[in-house]
Amino acid sequence: MAIRIKDFTEKESPLTNGHRMCPGCGAPTAVHQGLMGVESPVVVVNATGCLEVSTTVYPFSSWRVPWIHTAFENAGAGVSGVEAAYVALKKRGKIDKEIKFVAFGGDGGTYDIGLQSLSGALERGQDFTYICYNNGGYMNTGAQRSSATPKGANATTSPAGTASAGKPQKPKDLTAIVEAHHIPYVAQTTLFNATDVAEKVKRAVETPGPAFVNILVPCVLFWGIDPSLQQDICKLAADTRFWPVYEVVDGVWKLTYKPKKRVPIEEFLKPQARFRHLFKGDGSKAMLEEIQADVDADWQVILDRCGETWEV
Amino acid sequence: MPRREITSGNWAFAEAMRQINPDVVAAYPITPSTDIPMKFADFVANGKVDTNFVTVESEHSAITASITASAAGARVMTASSANGVALMHEIFPIAGCFRTPIVFGLVNRCIGAPINIHCDHSDSMAERDAGWIHLYCEDAQEAYDTAILAIRLAEHKDVLSPVFVCQDGFITSHGFEPVEILEDSTVKAFVGERDADFPLLDVDNPVTYGSFAMSEYYFEIKRQQVEAMKNVLKVYDGVAKDYEAVSGRFYPKLDRYRTEDADFIVVVMSSASGVVKDVVDELREQGIKAGCLRVRMFRPFPADEVAEILAGAKAVAVLDRALSIGGTAPLAAEIKSALYDCGKNIPVQSCVYGLGGRDFFPQYARELFMDLAAGKVSREERYLGLLE
Repeated sequence: MAIRIKDFTEKESPLTNGHRMCPGCGAPTAVHQGLMGVESPVVVVNATGCLEVSTTVYPFSSWRVPWIHTAFENAGAGVSGVEAAYVALKKRGKIDKEIKFVAFGGDGGTYDIGLQSLSGALERGQDFTYICYNNGGYMNTGAQRSSATPKGANATTSPAGTASAGKPQKPKDLTAIVEAHHIPYVAQTTLFNATDVAEKVKRAVETPGPAFVNILVPCVLFWGIDPSLQQDICKLAADTRFWPVYEVVDGVWKLTYKPKKRVPIEEFLKPQARFRHLFKGDGSKAMLEEIQADVDADWQVILDRCGETWEV
Repeated sequence: MPRREITSGNWAFAEAMRQINPDVVAAYPITPSTDIPMKFADFVANGKVDTNFVTVESEHSAITASITASAAGARVMTASSANGVALMHEIFPIAGCFRTPIVFGLVNRCIGAPINIHCDHSDSMAERDAGWIHLYCEDAQEAYDTAILAIRLAEHKDVLSPVFVCQDGFITSHGFEPVEILEDSTVKAFVGERDADFPLLDVDNPVTYGSFAMSEYYFEIKRQQVEAMKNVLKVYDGVAKDYEAVSGRFYPKLDRYRTEDADFIVVVMSSASGVVKDVVDELREQGIKAGCLRVRMFRPFPADEVAEILAGAKAVAVLDRALSIGGTAPLAAEIKSALYDCGKNIPVQSCVYGLGGRDFFPQYARELFMDLAAGKVSREERYLGLLE
């Protein structure tokens, strides 16, 4: 059944409104949009990060569903353990409900320190969904660079300066790394279209076995954007092809959003303060050209994987 | 009828796991505890248990999955050693704080560098403040029995804390000896079923585990853990007596050997106590009032009982199989601390032995007792069997 925006307004989100995330932050939006399409009861496992600290400030909790956090680098193992307990107790007749398991980790907890734990859980083929809310940096600790931070971004451990145009490396392709585990469902999306997020997460959760959704979300504070621009900046990420939107079902790659026109990468970078240095003087022109060349090359890889052409 | 088997400490522990048939085992291999998950994998592969065995990719994930499975409401067991234990270090206090009653077979091995696979206690001693119960076993029989007993202790409602069941790497884990194995039905009845409070899988009554507690609450939460650990001292003997009723074997917190009238007492843990006890018998025949105190429960530390046992001695020596480099070795520090309040100013000689699997010979214990008798006790740490 297709998901309708209208249904969202009628359903209670597992995450209450009374959390302490920043206005305009993409992470709670990803949780709301993602989980509202899920019918079964869910148990949430959370890596350390903004979402964790801001939704469970003791003695309060913003979660209407069972929720557990242990540490930063182990959400994959954490969700494995809960799922393993569920399978065991169900087999022994101690639980009869259908329960689904969803892990949330930021890009730091997923691309970097939690990659091993995630990889292990994927390889074991357990039944869970892992959602990476990817805002391209260690935002909870003050915008240090992660391996998801875009090339050229001014991060606090790869600052732009007189001898640097920002982070020199491009992000690793985590979604493809996850896909290489040959799990049944992998997707990449962003907050440009609520039903897209909801449909992908719903499909991920309903697919037996491990599933992974990489959602690009803005950090208003460290991307340096107005909170009202959450959806606009995500749309630009998709339209500039900085963040291709696709899914891989049983190894078959499919582009689920094809931009209608060629939008230069500057359109995505320029509204963000973290790229401001790239637009001052001529010094960083080479960096901008490099970023555009990366985007074009990576887009071609995605098109090839999806068996698509793109002529605009 | 119980049966007697010639088996190793690892296999005996694994056999206990088979009989307990936990809901979840999440484990990763490391010498010398590898036999435990290997043997258990055999049980799984041959339908001897119906446990959900999670073959994780690291010890860090093993302990993480153990905690979340336990929080979910499952009965969970695992095992590890040395560097594996060290890799879990970050996560152990979370198990303590979540009050997840995991039973953990810790097969003691030293921590590199230099890398070495043999026994000492530096792995578990580094975890002594993690909020886990520490029980140290002398032999394979005790490792087997303690695995079973520990389930009841960990899940006791006044305790709800994880337990390390320690045995000496290779010496106990790979040494073969006769072990009495209880009937499956006896073990099953003894451990019963886990009745978890606040399980994560109760979706109708959602709970939040692992929230963010700043300076307004953190201290109080830690204080509650202290209380749970104190409760162990109160309930332990009851659990041990229940186990005695089904097995005929009683394991006290502190194993006293001819200490009642002893002038000179050597305090030791785990397998080396057998050597010390032999030497005690020998010296008693020579008219020297020697005694041995084996500390089985290291956390919580039964300080009052220790002081009571040692209060009548003229001198005490403490054998540590771990260093606290630059400080006092862990067991010696506890013993000295326990004795301070009894006001008797009993001389205590701290000795370190057996690091990296160095053998511990009766001669070392003999010399030590003779030194105690001769009043040769110093504040300097001594190293037994060291070539220097």
